[in-house]
Amino acid sequence: MLDNQTGDNQMGNDQMGNDQMGNDQMGNDPMGNDQIGNYIVGEPIAETKAPDGPIETRWERRRFSGKLVNPANKRKMTVIVVGTGLAGASAGATLAELGYHVKSYCYQDSPRRAHSIAAQGGINAAKNYRNDGDSVYRLFYDTVKGGDFRSRESNVYRLAEVSVNIIDQAVAQGVPFAREYGGLLDTRSFGGTQVSRTFYARGQTGQQLLLGAYQALERQIAAGNVEMNARHEMLELIIVDGRARGIVVRDLVTGEITTEFADAVVLASGGYGNVFFLSTNAKGCNVTASWRAHRKGALFANPCYTQIHPTCIPQSGDHQSKLTLMSESLRNDGRVWVPKKAGDKRAPGDIPEDERDYYLERIYPSFGNLVPRDIASRAAKNVCDEGRGVGPGGLGVYLDFADAIKRLGRPAVEAKYGNLFDMYQRITGEDPYEVPMRIYPAVHYTMGGLWVDYDLQSTIPGLFVIGEANFSDHGANRLGASALMQGLADGYFVLPNTINEYLAAGPFPKVDGQHPAAVEARTQVEDRLQRLLSINGDRTVDSFHRELGHIMWEYCGMERTDAGLRKAIELIRGLREEYWRRVKVSGAGEGLNQALERAGRVADFLELAELMCIDALHRTESCGGHFRAESQTPDGEAQRDDENFSYVAAWEFTGAGQPPVLHKEDLNFEYVHPTQRSYK
Amino acid sequence: MNLTLRIWRQRSPQDKGRMVTYQVSDVSPDMSFLEMLDVLNERLILEGEEPVAFDHDCREGICGMCSMVINGRPHGPQKLTTTCQLHMRHFKDGDTIDIEPWRARAFPVIKDLVVNRSAFDKIIQAGGYISAPTGSAPDAHSTPVPKPDADAAFEAAECIACGACVAACPNGSGMLFTAAKITHLGLLPQGQPERETRVLDMVAAHDDAGFGGCTNIGECTASCPKGIPLTTIGRLNGDFIKAARKRS
Ligand SMILES: Cc1cc2nc3c(=O)[nH]c(=O)nc-3n(C[C@H](O)[C@H](O)[C@H](O)COP(=O)(O)OP(=O)(O)OC[C@H]3O[C@@H](n4cnc5c(N)ncnc54)[C@H](O)[C@@H]3O)c2cc1C
Ligand code: FES
Repeated sequence: MLDNQTGDNQMGNDQMGNDQMGNDQMGNDPMGNDQIGNYIVGEPIAETKAPDGPIETRWERRRFSGKLVNPANKRKMTVIVVGTGLAGASAGATLAELGYHVKSYCYQDSPRRAHSIAAQGGINAAKNYRNDGDSVYRLFYDTVKGGDFRSRESNVYRLAEVSVNIIDQAVAQGVPFAREYGGLLDTRSFGGTQVSRTFYARGQTGQQLLLGAYQALERQIAAGNVEMNARHEMLELIIVDGRARGIVVRDLVTGEITTEFADAVVLASGGYGNVFFLSTNAKGCNVTASWRAHRKGALFANPCYTQIHPTCIPQSGDHQSKLTLMSESLRNDGRVWVPKKAGDKRAPGDIPEDERDYYLERIYPSFGNLVPRDIASRAAKNVCDEGRGVGPGGLGVYLDFADAIKRLGRPAVEAKYGNLFDMYQRITGEDPYEVPMRIYPAVHYTMGGLWVDYDLQSTIPGLFVIGEANFSDHGANRLGASALMQGLADGYFVLPNTINEYLAAGPFPKVDGQHPAAVEARTQVEDRLQRLLSINGDRTVDSFHRELGHIMWEYCGMERTDAGLRKAIELIRGLREEYWRRVKVSGAGEGLNQALERAGRVADFLELAELMCIDALHRTESCGGHFRAESQTPDGEAQRDDENFSYVAAWEFTGAGQPPVLHKEDLNFEYVHPTQRSYK
Repeated sequence: MNLTLRIWRQRSPQDKGRMVTYQVSDVSPDMSFLEMLDVLNERLILEGEEPVAFDHDCREGICGMCSMVINGRPHGPQKLTTTCQLHMRHFKDGDTIDIEPWRARAFPVIKDLVVNRSAFDKIIQAGGYISAPTGSAPDAHSTPVPKPDADAAFEAAECIACGACVAACPNGSGMLFTAAKITHLGLLPQGQPERETRVLDMVAAHDDAGFGGCTNIGECTASCPKGIPLTTIGRLNGDFIKAARKRS
């Protein structure tokens, strides 16, 4: 018999919504809010929707036990979907195919331009087309282990299970995956896995998958089942009688603010990596949709779990506006090194072999240059901290293809990596066939996000969260090629099944813009925009965003310490206060005003940043992408503390700068038993 | 380096618009073109002026958002490169650079360098898809696709819908965009059942949206940052004639 995973802890989702614990306690909180990093421990929270029993049949049993909605009723109901990336476009199209009326929103000028378009490497699926020992169970196992035992087994198993359907679906839509000469799909191994399960479309897998989902969405738009609102930004959530019933949006072209209503709201608004200012995310990626929901009661889980990718093009100067990822596949043939001597200013070609330190090969002889992302990133930071970094500011390491060119010949290297080398040359003006590439880690992905249950419902009834915006499947570290898988799993296969259970109680009573909750939400939005426009200070939004990014990178980046995080919180509070005093936003609220758009997003980042630091401060263990200097093994590797930290940290908002309330969801491992990761 | 920029400023769709001259100094050759404009915008904001509005998002050459005519060429002087991937090392100290929005009947200007490209979405809505509702798909390996077809389909599918082709075309035609999708889907076995209706409906939507006709000038492909070849238009024409004959 297997243990009942959640049976003994029935603090369910619905209870959370009405439960006032956090807020009430706040009133007489003895700690006061000036103490850095304080938080209050609230009631634990539990996931109660996943059935217990054999993991292989949990998803099937959940689908069977969940309520259905009859087709006539589906037609009477509307679902709002914020976001048109892989998660939002796939969900929007599928919900419309099922018969729901969908209202879809994105801030770009077309749904096809969502950030998912930029994903390069590929998408995992447990197809086992290679007969190399892969299986649903192995993908499940790899994902739980890769996440450093900080994710939910039930969710991860389901993800692995539906991964196979994603590939079928995408091929049927005409996604042109790479193929072999026999006409069957090609796969590659990616991110240090030992099986070949990554499907890809040259270096543009995200683009091709997104176009598949976008085209399905456009088909439903043409059929009148989806109302598409491009260039619209969600600025507030509307809750009526405890249920998420709508959003406040700004038309980015006219500046008009409207209230929009539905029977349920789905957030598919992506990750929050741009809190660091410099990241590999698209410039517009933001946390506003999630943060506004968080402020209205949705718990935010594991905000400190961020992924830093080791192979990005280093910053070239203070003007830098974003960082560009160079595919991880380069580490298959490139060798990473720095000079042995600190401050060595010689050109790479002038540094003799025995004065170079191939540090990954030295420290991790069995994995060498192929160690996982978090380890490669931290090692690069360490050598740069020792003063051995290369390039401008000493923030870079070499990725050298000289040996590969000698061994394979230039044409072979060109065939494999030609487009990446071209991109590198376009950006840096240097020829990587002649001089080694310079790379440096950059923020890439956020594992944290709004807390959701097995049904992908947040702690606000009727508010569902999918894709990178939720926290659900990757624990403390995401494996390469698994974000695309998760976004599409959520949007095509999970949400369209689980949302019925909630909507079976609908349609809900009609609400309109006159409802007090709608008026209030709308007024909040208008007041805030007005305030941003009227400060008329002497610093630009970007200057604040850059400064925030520096603080986060320095103290809440690759390595975190107690003292550093406390300092960061202090700095963030100061910066936030200064922001509302000194920011300057020119132009007006009417019409297109890109500075105003950014101003709202940065205001939310300034609040999120503090929560990230509090989360990082409270989690005194190291796990996955979260490295606390105080918690390492004698040889400098991340040291987990399962005894005290085998839980999801779900935070409740109590006011900006006020101590948040921590709700812990205990993690139980029935199948994959936590072990220490080792790559030596 | 120091540069003179002449930028199209237009307050609203109704405004007539005009070129305005700005000086920018201390431009680093390592900056991207958009970073150079960021610097200008930061200055304009502090001076209490409205910054120059322009579309951008990924800044990696893949989302298709960025869209400027630079010195008369969509996306500027460098071949196969979007505006966001263009770097200042391709300019020299003292240069004067003209920056304008896409100009085409189907893409009205919203503000400054930002135009409305929703006409492209309309073309896709008319048939730029394969009808395969979620859950209906057979196993991915049930239909092998010859590698050359798959590769050619991929190359056509690389289109980022930026609209440079339309901006470059003296007729303001969106035929390269339309043909890229026709080619992508038409080369795959999954795309066959709807092949004929797709081409007729997409071409009709193209014409309705205010794009001009194609007269095979080839400026589109020359300015396409993804190098979508003119042969896709040949393919579209072939499909169109076949389908139109059948229908009549
Ligand atoms: C350079 C790069 C390469 C990557 N490569 C890979 C890879 O090879 N494999 C892999 O698995 N993963 C990869 N990832 C990660 C992956 O791309 C993302 O995690 C994933 O695409 C996120 O999808 P999403 O649908 O959740 O959100 P997104 O694609 O980010 O979409 C967010 C949507 O929400 C909308 N939105 C946001 N806020 C608002 C608002 N307030 N109002 C209205 N709309 C809003 C946006 O307009 C957009 O439509 C990569 C990431 C990067 C940065
Ligand atoms: S900004 Fe995305 S293509 Fe230029």
